[in-house]
Amino acid sequence: MKREMSGTIPESALPMPDRDHIQGPPDAPIMLLEYGDYECPYCGETYPVVKAIQERLGDRLCFAFRNFPLVHSHPHAQHAAEAAEAAGAQGRFWEMHDMLYENQNALEDEDLAEYALSLDLDAERLLVEVRAGAHTGRVRQDFRSGARLDVNGTPSFFINGVRYNGSHGVEDLLAALAGQPVR
Amino acid sequence: MNATTKSIPSRSHSRGNGSTALPAGTPAPDFALKSTPDQTVKLSEFRGRPVVLAFYPADWSPVCGDQMALYNEMRSEFQEFGAELLGISVDGAWCHAAFCRDRKLHFPVLADFEPKGEVARLYGVYRQSDGTSERALFVIDAEGIIHWSYVSPVGVNPGAGGILAALEELQRETEGQ
Repeated sequence: MKREMSGTIPESALPMPDRDHIQGPPDAPIMLLEYGDYECPYCGETYPVVKAIQERLGDRLCFAFRNFPLVHSHPHAQHAAEAAEAAGAQGRFWEMHDMLYENQNALEDEDLAEYALSLDLDAERLLVEVRAGAHTGRVRQDFRSGARLDVNGTPSFFINGVRYNGSHGVEDLLAALAGQPVR
Repeated sequence: MNATTKSIPSRSHSRGNGSTALPAGTPAPDFALKSTPDQTVKLSEFRGRPVVLAFYPADWSPVCGDQMALYNEMRSEFQEFGAELLGISVDGAWCHAAFCRDRKLHFPVLADFEPKGEVARLYGVYRQSDGTSERALFVIDAEGIIHWSYVSPVGVNPGAGGILAALEELQRETEGQ
């Protein structure tokens, strides 16, 4: 079987501001990339950690999120990821990203539509796009890039392009982000 | 966990970690093992396409992330290279059946059960002290020659980057011919 061109798969473990969803200045000195799954409980536990880190580092940090849904373990993860991308198509990716992590236990399609409504999005458009697979390719690209970067579970973090294997505690992550050795 | 304890698979044709795993260039020893209580899989049946052979220590063993579940998610990636994925451990076929059902694995998982670990020994990845295999990866080319091998620390899920890089390399070589 002929493989499709891999040109659309991001090969870098650095956030790509033209492609990735980012928060913070694209030229920030510290770059943090997460591969995550909205239905993964560990990602849910780490979500407030990332928030705390963003709070602490402010404009010194650029945070990016790529999808790595483990769909056999997490049956709602794919549609959740596509819903966030669909919200992104309406300019509200991060609001939906947060909404999903704050409501990990309710990720049925109807829940996704409800979250879209509560964010003043066009919920019908969002649901149509999710069900039609309009954002499946994008989520797949994220996943494939992660597979090539040895992402072996979620969440996986890369700091300035280098894999971070330490704990997901605020202080350990902050120390690593500041370039200090992790205890 | 210390940040430096986890290693990333080497992208070269290495045998990794100074281990005894069969290195690149070696013909992959053939074997026939049960994938279910009544089905047998023979390695040489897959001649003509690449095979990803993933040894892991044991069904149900905890590791940072579940390696077989991860590869299950990546089946379509491997299939794009026409590659066959085979998991293998010293557990028996009934144990594998329960494990595969629980983890919803959709690829053959082979029982290196009797004589125990015989295939792991053939590939140089048996851990005598534990009575299990290493967490070891082999990418075997369409002619049955080992193209890449890697042994991961037993507690570390090595991911799939090394496998995909090896499969891409094989594909480039095939296309270049």
